[in-house]
Amino acid sequence: MVRFENVGLRYEMGAEILRDISFDIAPRTFQFLTGPSGAGKTTLLRLILLSLQPTRGLITLFGKDSASLDKTAITALRRKVGVVFQDFRLLDHLTTYQNVALPLRVQEKDEASYRAEVTELMHWVGLGERMHVYPPVLSGGEKQRAAIARALIMRPELLLADEPTGNVDPSMARRLMRLFLELHKSGTSVVIATHDLGLMDQFDGARRLVLGDGRLHIYD
Amino acid sequence: MSYVAPRPSEPNSATGENWVHTPLVPRESVAGAALAIVIAIMTFLAALTAGFALLLGGASREWRGAVGLEMTIQVAPKPGRDLDADAAQAAKIAAGFPGVAEARAFTQGQSEELLSPWLGAGLDLSQLPVPRMIVLRRDSSKKLDEIGLRSALDTALPNAALDNHGAWMQRLDTMAQVVVGASVGIFALVLTAMGLAVGFATRGAMAGNKDIIEALHFVGAADGFIARQFQGHFLRLGLRGGAAGGGAAALMFLGLNLLSRQWTTSASGEQAEALFGSFSLGWGGMAAIAFISVCVALLTGFMSRAIVFRALSRLR
Repeated sequence: MVRFENVGLRYEMGAEILRDISFDIAPRTFQFLTGPSGAGKTTLLRLILLSLQPTRGLITLFGKDSASLDKTAITALRRKVGVVFQDFRLLDHLTTYQNVALPLRVQEKDEASYRAEVTELMHWVGLGERMHVYPPVLSGGEKQRAAIARALIMRPELLLADEPTGNVDPSMARRLMRLFLELHKSGTSVVIATHDLGLMDQFDGARRLVLGDGRLHIYD
Repeated sequence: MSYVAPRPSEPNSATGENWVHTPLVPRESVAGAALAIVIAIMTFLAALTAGFALLLGGASREWRGAVGLEMTIQVAPKPGRDLDADAAQAAKIAAGFPGVAEARAFTQGQSEELLSPWLGAGLDLSQLPVPRMIVLRRDSSKKLDEIGLRSALDTALPNAALDNHGAWMQRLDTMAQVVVGASVGIFALVLTAMGLAVGFATRGAMAGNKDIIEALHFVGAADGFIARQFQGHFLRLGLRGGAAGGGAAALMFLGLNLLSRQWTTSASGEQAEALFGSFSLGWGGMAAIAFISVCVALLTGFMSRAIVFRALSRLR
């Protein structure tokens, strides 16, 4: 699904912030991406999402070499990937419902065709009563769940979540993690970037990708 | 507690439900009012330029038509020759040529009257060698053998000279071309300035909505979809500005037309009417202004789309 081979990244003429990164993400797998703050977790997620180009190495996404992809192909691949950003990236001028439905709207689907599906998902993530309010009045946990729902609405093959529990209390964090596990059980590969060791310890069986000093260490 | 978005789409006031699509690029994030005013001013200037070019072009055609249908024979006084007889003979020769509808010889009094604007009225000009004029009105349906006429006059009357007003028409032609050329130049400058203003506004709107663009990219929006969100905004602004500017220009020409009808009673009004005609653009001119307004709106929309598309193509 995702393959990195000796990938390196530097910004302009600076030192390499990621060096010789090699790993695979197989279908239907669950993994944590961890490391200290500033280790490059978000950068690595952006590389997977093809919003950054590596300065060296090879990235293959869904069997396609990222270097040979044009914008149309990148857009098509992104539709297979759901992303939950650390800062949510909800659009404040859209209602929660409109935010969750955004991936379907940008594909110019008729609103009536997906209303029931979006509504059902929002009830599933516990936002059934908050569909028509705007993000600025949502709590941190509600924003996080709205961002997760937006990432899930397209039934992605791969879900990338950047510090999804960083802004919520421990009980909400456990609820969110259960959400990710349910998603994983339904066949989606999940990558959760976090530096919360306690959270990872609750899911001992999960694979860990640990970033440090620009290098990646894998603990299966 | 309910958060009120800057401009939410119309929610159901009873339930607070809002299924209607809100624009993805908030209207407030585009420098709308200022840009609409700039577009209105530019459209107004472009429409004025085009309108005056049309007026002058029309007036120039009228002048050329009027002058081109007339020719004159000038018979100069010469010792030993009867000026009245020479003028009558010149008129007779000319009238005999196909293509001349009428040959009218001015009398001595009429010829002297022609000089009164320069020399003043009431003077005794009998001692001055005032030439006689014969005005020929051409029959536009027949071809006039100008060379033959000139030759016949030269043979019969050595003191007669035929003037087809070619130099005048050449000057009018040159003047009309200069006016049209200058108008095209000003028109192009106005459109360029408007294009630059739209470009700045589009880039400003993109910078102000960087987060939205990024979020749209990450949820799988194609560049064309994002560009359309901006294009829609700018097209609406262009339509508003174009309609306001074009409407103002049309009103101005209508007002000038009304004023010119009152001016015609004065000497300066006559001069203005001689130069610009009646300031009446007619339906054709009004259609041209409407066309410019629509073109300005379309240009605004397409330019913003092209700029957004170009900027997005540089992003991953």
